[in-house]
Amino acid sequence: MKERIEKLSESFSSALATATSRESLEALRIEYLGKKGCIAELMKGLRDVEDKKAAGQLINSFKTEVEAKLGEATEALERAAIEAQVRSAKKYNPSLIAEREFGSYHPITLVSREVEAVFESMGFTIEDYSEIVGDYECFEALNIPKHHPARDMQDTYYLDNGQLLKTHTSAAQNAIMKKYGAPLRAIFPGRCFRNESTDACHENTFFQMEGMMIGEDISISNLIYFMKTMLSEVFNRDVKVRLRPGFFPFVEPGFELDINCEICGGEGCPSCKNSGWLELCPCGMIHPNVLRDGGIDTEKYSGFAFGLGLTRLAMMKYGVKDIRDFNSGSLRALSQFKSL
Amino acid sequence: MFLSMNWIGDYVDFSGLDKKALIHNFTLSTAEVEDIIVKGEDTYGVVVAKVLSVDEHPKSKKLHLLKVDRGSAVVDIVCGAPNVREGMLVALATEGGAVSGHKITKATIAGYDSYGMCCSEAELGISDDNSGIWDIERDLPEGVALGTDIKEIFDIDDIIFEVDNKSLTNRPDLWSHYGIAREFATIIERELKPLTLDDVSKYSSLPEVAVKVKSTETVWRYSAIKVENITRKISPANMRIRLYYCGSRAINFLADLTNYVMMEVGQPMHAFDNRKVDKIEVQTFPAPFEFQTLDGVVRKMDENMMMITSGDVPVAVAGIMGGEASKIEDDTDSLLLESATFDGISVRKTSTRLGLRTDASQRYEKMLDPELCVIATERLLSLLFECDGGARVISAFTDVYVNKYPTITLKFDKKYVDRYTGIDISSDTITKTLLGLGFGVERNGDDFTVTVPSWRATKDVTIKADIIEEITRIYGYDNFEIFTSHSALAPVRKEIQKSEEDRMKDLLVKAYRLHEVHSYIWSDDAKNAELGIKTDENVKVINAQTPDHQYLRISMIPTLLSMVKENRGYRDEFGIFEIGHTVEGLRADGLCNEQKKLGVALYSKVNSEEELFLRARDAAAELVSDILHTEAEFVPSVCDFAFEHPQNAFDILVGGEKIGFISVPHPTVLANIDKKCAVAFFEINTAKFAKSEVKLNKYSEPSKFPAIDIDMTFVCDPSAVVFREVVKAATEASSGLLSGVKSRGVYTDDSGVSALTLRFSFVSKEKTLSKQELAPTTAAVAEALAELGLTIKA
Repeated sequence: MKERIEKLSESFSSALATATSRESLEALRIEYLGKKGCIAELMKGLRDVEDKKAAGQLINSFKTEVEAKLGEATEALERAAIEAQVRSAKKYNPSLIAEREFGSYHPITLVSREVEAVFESMGFTIEDYSEIVGDYECFEALNIPKHHPARDMQDTYYLDNGQLLKTHTSAAQNAIMKKYGAPLRAIFPGRCFRNESTDACHENTFFQMEGMMIGEDISISNLIYFMKTMLSEVFNRDVKVRLRPGFFPFVEPGFELDINCEICGGEGCPSCKNSGWLELCPCGMIHPNVLRDGGIDTEKYSGFAFGLGLTRLAMMKYGVKDIRDFNSGSLRALSQFKSL
Repeated sequence: MFLSMNWIGDYVDFSGLDKKALIHNFTLSTAEVEDIIVKGEDTYGVVVAKVLSVDEHPKSKKLHLLKVDRGSAVVDIVCGAPNVREGMLVALATEGGAVSGHKITKATIAGYDSYGMCCSEAELGISDDNSGIWDIERDLPEGVALGTDIKEIFDIDDIIFEVDNKSLTNRPDLWSHYGIAREFATIIERELKPLTLDDVSKYSSLPEVAVKVKSTETVWRYSAIKVENITRKISPANMRIRLYYCGSRAINFLADLTNYVMMEVGQPMHAFDNRKVDKIEVQTFPAPFEFQTLDGVVRKMDENMMMITSGDVPVAVAGIMGGEASKIEDDTDSLLLESATFDGISVRKTSTRLGLRTDASQRYEKMLDPELCVIATERLLSLLFECDGGARVISAFTDVYVNKYPTITLKFDKKYVDRYTGIDISSDTITKTLLGLGFGVERNGDDFTVTVPSWRATKDVTIKADIIEEITRIYGYDNFEIFTSHSALAPVRKEIQKSEEDRMKDLLVKAYRLHEVHSYIWSDDAKNAELGIKTDENVKVINAQTPDHQYLRISMIPTLLSMVKENRGYRDEFGIFEIGHTVEGLRADGLCNEQKKLGVALYSKVNSEEELFLRARDAAAELVSDILHTEAEFVPSVCDFAFEHPQNAFDILVGGEKIGFISVPHPTVLANIDKKCAVAFFEINTAKFAKSEVKLNKYSEPSKFPAIDIDMTFVCDPSAVVFREVVKAATEASSGLLSGVKSRGVYTDDSGVSALTLRFSFVSKEKTLSKQELAPTTAAVAEALAELGLTIKA
């Protein structure tokens, strides 16, 4: 028996060495382990053996050996097959030129959202307002009476029904004061219109962002704080601000707010006309007449207001040289603004 | 406006201070300085010299060979000036010196050596006179030695700064060197020196000038005085230089004098030739007429324009410009001098109508202080006598003070200042600042009563908030400590419409990959015409830049279609959108019916119009379901606009209300966009959208059992099927088992009969359904659909 098993073991080993496919391994398995296989034959032959126990053990260990070797061989074959599959798989090229089309936001939307987020985080509500307003909202309620030279500064588009296209977002101040009363913290982005000829720096249609904060004891000091904080957030740097006296009938005192020029770091360059400062936004303490017209008690409350040129801010932020690109509808220009 | 630091220096002592730094402080405390120009810096080594001899140049008709005594030596000079003569005193630029940046070296001119240059006024940069060299003898004080540097005698060195006129609109007092000097004096805390004046009260015994003001509404004050025996013709050099540096031109002594006083104290004055103007009336004329102003232009005057007349003959446009006929001539030796305050609005209107803005009208527009009338006259007389000792006043100072501004006093306390500024500015500082600016200050502890000076009281300072500005700007905003506010926390209120518009943009950009664009509120007739769209009449812009842009837009779509056309080359397929304002005519109250709308337009060269239309439909439906959590309905309708396709125009409804429309272009419009392309568009009124109810997101627990799909094929007209109703009817007929319906396509056979296959998914929450169990349900569904015109195909 022992010899038989050794002989079988030798022939199994040589057969296994030549079995390189799933099919030949399966044939081998049937030849040795199948119901009518060699090992079954050996088991049958036990009847004629004296030391059945020892012979049985020999057969069993042979069977275990065959099973293990077949298993290993099968596994190796599968591994090789997978490796071959991996090796033969197509190599992809992530640098292929992408053809996916992405949507885009208008740059004004992006800049506006950025400023809105800053103010929202400081407890300002965001308001919207109409583009067509009356003389009252645009001028009278802002302490700009008829014949006031300030009306000369803005060339207004008038409509045939007596209304006009708002020349500044300040036109919403009165309505928003009446809507909320004091205390009040609000910003209102909006589109404004001035009747002027267009060139790379001038548009008759542009965006501003107005802001107002009204409360007890709101001071010039607060105004500087909020403007500095907001602009530092928007420009993502510690912006230096500078206030100069500026005349706007709806604020008293009124200021022109400058920020330090980032391009030259304040040394002076062509962008800032060698002054080191960029004029960015008119602001001031809301004129008592304007508060009063908005129904606010001027003895109890004071407030500040500012008007940020959103279009100008977008030009600065993105390096847009020609203001007309904004309303051009040209997707070659506008599709570049995918997200904040 | 240009200002001279030398001139201001007449009234404030700048010694020991950096003038450029002071000008910078002026920007921070008063008004923006746009430019600083240093004069005379590049001119040096120019001395007083005498021409000893003039010889003809042998080879040139123009050139002369001079011997010039420059004090330390006699030098040879080759000179081309036509006016050079023997004995002339000249400004000689010497070797090693420079004139307006040109270095002077020994030069050989046409064969002769020249050791310097005789200068013209233009070459020295002190006037635009380049007709010959400067004959300086008449401008030199007595006893000046040859070789003296001309800068020791003439104010060629100066620092000029330009202030933006716009930043001075509210400050009539700053349209003068003296007013600016007051600002500097306050900023640097030094004394403001008084003006040298000639007191006019001493002439009160002389006869009055005949002055009659008929336009009493538009004249605050009219004063006049007569002077005779004026012999001087040319102004002193330093006066000419200052005028030139400040952007004016020297004309003749009398004209220069009035200009000089205007620039110094801010009061426009007019000098009439007393031979032609002997008495004054201020009036308007009942009918239009023509009038020649002293610039030689004949102008059309109308009945609203205030004139100065003399015996009913117009002699000047009040506050703007004098007449040609009465202007100062070379032989004028007697004057009628006007110093008046005209109303700013009246002057501005006339000036605008005439298209004539002058230094005088610009100042009147700002509402001048009538008190200046006297000061200006007294200042002019003082200067006149200084320059022309023989001149003599021959009338009383005649003063018709028609309207007076009230004196303004304001009361406030330090607490008010503290509240407004948010910082602590001491009462002493407040007092010092206000006194410096000319305010009268009565202080009782921390309580103030201040009197506004007349030059600030015409409109500029009227309420106590105005006082805050005076205190803080001089204190310096750079010196402010800054603090956040002490305010109660409250939730931020947000407009629903605004936040929904933001979400619309996000969805369209991120999910539908559209591009946001901006356009204009008006229609563009020319661009519409290119598309074959006729612009609808609507509310008009009266002063549109072109008639093409006069009508406001009613719909967002035409502009978007134009933009689609212009972007054809961008990609084979793209979409754009804009949220903007439109106007749908007038409301009952006569105001514009302004609406805010989302417009969307899709373009494709690769997909069919139907596919594109359905994609637009998907976008519109998704906006509604994503934001409002409800379903939009699309209902066939008549076109709102002619650019829509009549066959495929649909209203978009939410909760039964129309919020917009969806369509594809009319074939003629489409052909104008592109020969081979598909376009689809929709428009949603965002205010109406925002008014729609936002449904709660409901949760329905999914069944634990599998769903079973059953296909049914119906004979029908697929374009007439309203799927929403089909789903609704099937759901109602399914005893709660129907969980979904999908379209599996349409098949049209050879005979033209169409069949539509629908896949119904049924699911039970209790058990796994079998087809047999479902038979009654599917029969009920089929029956319900038959009523909608969908008959089961045999």
